[in-house]
Parts: sequence; structure tokens; C-alpha cells
Amino acid sequence: MPSFLDLKGYGHLLIDGAMITLSVGVAAMAVALSLGIMGALARLSSHAALRGLGTTYATVIRGIPELVLMLLVYYGGTVLLQWLLSLGGGDVRVDLNAFLAGTLVLGFVYGAYATEIFRGAFLSIPKGQVEAAHAYGMTNGQVFFRIKLPQAWRLAIPGLGNLWLTLLKATSITSVIGLTELARQADLIKAPTKMPFTVFFAASLLYLAMTAISDLVRIRAERWASSGFRRS
Amino acid sequence: MLGPFDLALVWSSLPELASGLVVTLQLTLLAILGGIVLSVPLGVLRAAPSKWVSGPIWAYTYFFRGTPMLIQLFLIYYGLAQFKAVRGSGLWFILREGYWCCLIAFTLNTAAYTIEIIAGALRNVPLADIEAARAMGMSPFAILRRIKFPIALRILFPAYTNEVVFILQSTSLASLVTVMDLTGVARVIIARTFSPYELFITIGLVYLALTYLTLWGFRRVEAHLYRHLRGRPVAVVEGPALR
Repeated sequence: MPSFLDLKGYGHLLIDGAMITLSVGVAAMAVALSLGIMGALARLSSHAALRGLGTTYATVIRGIPELVLMLLVYYGGTVLLQWLLSLGGGDVRVDLNAFLAGTLVLGFVYGAYATEIFRGAFLSIPKGQVEAAHAYGMTNGQVFFRIKLPQAWRLAIPGLGNLWLTLLKATSITSVIGLTELARQADLIKAPTKMPFTVFFAASLLYLAMTAISDLVRIRAERWASSGFRRS
Repeated sequence: MLGPFDLALVWSSLPELASGLVVTLQLTLLAILGGIVLSVPLGVLRAAPSKWVSGPIWAYTYFFRGTPMLIQLFLIYYGLAQFKAVRGSGLWFILREGYWCCLIAFTLNTAAYTIEIIAGALRNVPLADIEAARAMGMSPFAILRRIKFPIALRILFPAYTNEVVFILQSTSLASLVTVMDLTGVARVIIARTFSPYELFITIGLVYLALTYLTLWGFRRVEAHLYRHLRGRPVAVVEGPALR
């Protein structure tokens, strides 16, 4: 470990925090991708109700700061659970799991952006391919898994790379609900080390390392995804 | 503890929330203005062919785009106190205020993104237009002012609209450093009344309205500015996208 990351013996806590940042990021990304595919299918569905649901989800969630949603779900959820449990009698104290709450809220928020990315991807698959697949007698499910989804992934890759980078940085918001990820760890050790600038600067370099590596992977993934296709 | 949605509480909180809204709008507007002042000259230099010119600016934008805004804010709000020179300086009365630290952090953050937006747009100005201007005998500065800027502005308009909305939503981070913006006011009322639903849903709706009003306003301006063009933008409001 570089000596300036030692931070009077507290430095390893930042590394621990960075691991939690990565975990919550990956978990939230999985939620976001699942919600994104479902949201896109809902928005493109022939059922008006599903279309309305998908559109409302994508429209409303993208219009509200993630910090407000995080606080709403965490504190609102605590109040709701406490109320539900107190119905059985007695005063109950509830502490929501910060990792789970953080993962679900970030997944929910970035699922709205993923919905738009996948919707764009599904829309740019030529109609003729879908018609041809139907003409071969494929069922709707087969058309989806054999024709649409494999191509949607490829078309969505540039957008999804950007989504991951934004999501990774947004995990710092989970510090407000007490998850001891990188930002929270830095916040906790700024006082005992008496070096707030050094601590936050070290934390920022750890974030930078994560985003820089992600960015390199993103560039390679984009090159892979566009190979065999002419740029127009 | 949890009853029906308490509309009376929302109603009685409105004056306080209104004062928070003013702070939110102030922070957004000032950060945006500061961001423009910084990013127009730096964006031009970032698009310069020389690596010696564009390199240092790239380092700045890379750091600010690669780290969370929250960390940047904490770096300024908590971090600067580490240095005796800062605490002893005449600027300390500004730098210990959450509000000013937010303005500095938000401005530096949005400037980093806007520099890349501007530089990207400048690089995409068609070469033929620049060559034509050069053939007319225009000076490099005249080309920048008359040809490159107007065309780049048209290219960057949608991305910049998105940037404004992003900063608007990000100002909610100010509540974490004691600033009484919309989110800050709501958190104070919640600490007093313990009613997270009413307040967070109310301010969520305010942010939602602000977001789509901003998008709609910028689309209208864009459609008006470029009404003479074929394939002109139509004033359809799509939701915000990622930066």
C-alpha cells in the first residue's frame, strides 16, 4: 500500500469501504439491468396498462434526485415496517439493512435509465428480422430470446457502460443511510486522523481507480460490440 | 405513528419548503453560471490540437468526472480545514460555510462535464465551414465567434440541457453539509415531526416538476433558435438521460 494511503493506520478501512462500494455497485447493477429489460418490454408492450406502468416508472424516477428516493425508502420503509409490526402489539424497533436498502434503491433508480437504454436498443432492431422469425414459426418467447435480446445487449453496451460508471459514483449516496462503503469510511476516519483532506483525497483516488478501470473495460466492450458492424 | 397521508402537515410546511426551494434554485443557477464562465474558455483550450494545452484541462475534467460529487463536496467542506493557511486566510469565513462550499463544488463539477461537452461539439464543427470562413479571410478569432461557436452551440444544446437537469437534482447533496435547500428543509421538518412520507414525497414531486419544466423550457428555446433549419428540433420533452 502506498504510504500516504496508510493514514495513521486507518487506511485499510478505506480499502474495506471500496470493496463494499464495488459489491453494492455490482448488486445494484444487476437489479437495474433486470428492471431495465422488464421496463423496456413494458414500454413497448401492446397492453396499454403495461405501457403506462413502464412509462410512468421511467418518467417519474428519472425526475427525482436519488438522495431523496434513498431517504424516502430508508426512513419511510422503517416507519412502515415499524407500524406493520406494531399491529401485532408492542413497540418494535426496526433497523433496515443498509446494504439491501441501498442496493434496491440504486437498482430501482438506475433501472429507470436502463429502461430507456434497452427501449432504444429494442427499437433499433429491424422489424424485418422479427417478421422473418415469426414466419419461421418461432413463438414470441423464441423471437425474444433468439432474435431480440442477443442484439439488444450489443446495441445497449455503450449506454450500459455509461450507466455503470454513473451508478458506481452514485453508490456514495448510500453513506447517508449508514452503509460503511468508501465515502462513509472516509467520513468516519476524517476525525481520528485529523487529516480530512488527505482522507477524502485518498478516497477520491480509490474511486478514480475504479472508474478508470471500468472506463477501459467499457472502451474494449464497445469495440467488441461494434465489431462486424459498419459505423454509420 | 403511521396514519393516513397528513395533508395538513404538508400544507403547514409549505412556507418553509418555499424558502428551501429558493435556495435550491439559487444554487442551481449560480453553479450553472459559474460553470459556463469556466467552461467556455477551457472548452476552447481543451479542443486545441496541442497536448500541452489540452492535457492539463483533461486531467482536471478526468478527476472531476471520475469521482463522486459527494466526495468532491466533502473534500472542500471538511478537507480545506486541514490547512492552517486556509483557516488563517481572509477567505475562511466563506470556506467554512456549507453554502459556499456547495457552490464551489457544484461549479467545478459541472464545469468539468461542460468543458467536455463544449470541446466535443467544437471538434464536430464541419471542417468545410471552417475552411470556407478561412477562405473569406476571417481571423481565427472571427472564425471562432462567427462560425465555430454558433454551430457548436447547436450541437451541444441537448447534452447541455441534460447537464442543467443533473445539477438541479444534485443540489440535494447540499443538505448533507447543513445547507437549508429543499431537501435540507424537508429533513429538518422530518426530524421534528417524524413523518418521512409526507415530506419526501412532497419534495420529490417538486423536483419532478422542476426537472420537466427545465427540460420543456430548454426544448422550447432550442426549437425556437433553430426553427429555420431543416430537420429542426421539435419541442418534445424526453426524460433526463445520463451525463
